Amino acid sequence: MSNRLNMTPADPMHLLTAAQMAKFVTDGYLLLDAFIPQELNELVYGEQIRHSQGHTFWNESKHIRKVFELPEVQGIIQSLVGLEPVYDHSFQHIVPANYPIAQDWHGDSIIDVRPHAFDIQLFYFSHDAPPEMGPTLILPGSHLRRINTFSLARYKNIVGQRQLAGKAGTLAILHHGMWHCAQPNYTDKTRYVFKLRLRPGQEQRGLFNLEGYRDPEVSRIIQQGYQRWQGNEGRLDHMQRAKLWRYVTGDDSIDVSFEGALTRMGI
Amino acid sequence: MILRQQILFLHLTTPDLKSPAIAWSLYDGAAPEDAIPMNAGDSSEPPYKSILHAMRDGWNVIQVPALPQYPLGQEHDTGHLPYEYVLERKVPIHE
Repeated sequence: MSNRLNMTPADPMHLLTAAQMAKFVTDGYLLLDAFIPQELNELVYGEQIRHSQGHTFWNESKHIRKVFELPEVQGIIQSLVGLEPVYDHSFQHIVPANYPIAQDWHGDSIIDVRPHAFDIQLFYFSHDAPPEMGPTLILPGSHLRRINTFSLARYKNIVGQRQLAGKAGTLAILHHGMWHCAQPNYTDKTRYVFKLRLRPGQEQRGLFNLEGYRDPEVSRIIQQGYQRWQGNEGRLDHMQRAKLWRYVTGDDSIDVSFEGALTRMGI
Repeated sequence: MILRQQILFLHLTTPDLKSPAIAWSLYDGAAPEDAIPMNAGDSSEPPYKSILHAMRDGWNVIQVPALPQYPLGQEHDTGHLPYEYVLERKVPIHE
């Protein structure tokens, strides 16, 4: 079976809005609670419990691809990585029941040297994943910080960290640079998450629903998107996301940077 | 009394030792090997508001961070948490 993801051009109603894209650029993720239909969740879950942890689930499952072929999901994928996304990695992660140890904080793969282009990772929970069951912990706003895999492993707790908790069918879409780690499972049920990484097959310029992307309320999402943990570096993080906003909008003149520094400094 | 080292990493928002703590990790050499250590994500509030608060509680600062450098062309780059302090205290082995 091919590794490719079948893509169908999305109805514009299924593309990310400008506000959603600004949130993604700012926080590095979107979390959609109970987004996938329950019938499909049950089919995938039935396969997951018979499958071990690893990267073969994508090719051995009959149903997992249907999740990513839903028009609503295809619209999100198209908005972020275009119509020719390249599959290059997937993994079924398992946290056993009553497993008390968290994974160390890390970023996946290795340092991304592309200036603005980015891969996405989709985290799909086919079953209810309340916090005590150990859904993935992320640090919103960390996706544009340059770290190397486990170079942040001695960190344990950071103000603003949050879990991707949700009901069955929850789908989280993460910028590939997001700091994250698996969490302990304090329940007597096994926790599963299926993770799919996609890289863009084209420039990621103007792929979402651009309507209103220059509106003040959209700009404010980026301009006011500071996280407490960013501290004195917060203005620099702001510059990073303002540059990314230019890239994803395809508009190299838009300036939502700190005090208009992109314009002021002719960047 | 047998003493063992505890190491506390505290990360602040600026190089001012009074500035707010925004990240923390405890490594406890007095705990038995099979004890569950501080886990990523197991608390939402720092144990101290700042380095100065920790010092008042008996922690010794054994390392302060070098101030960041901003190389030409990389002035806006960000990465690890830059204002990381290492604190130590000696405590009896936990029973």
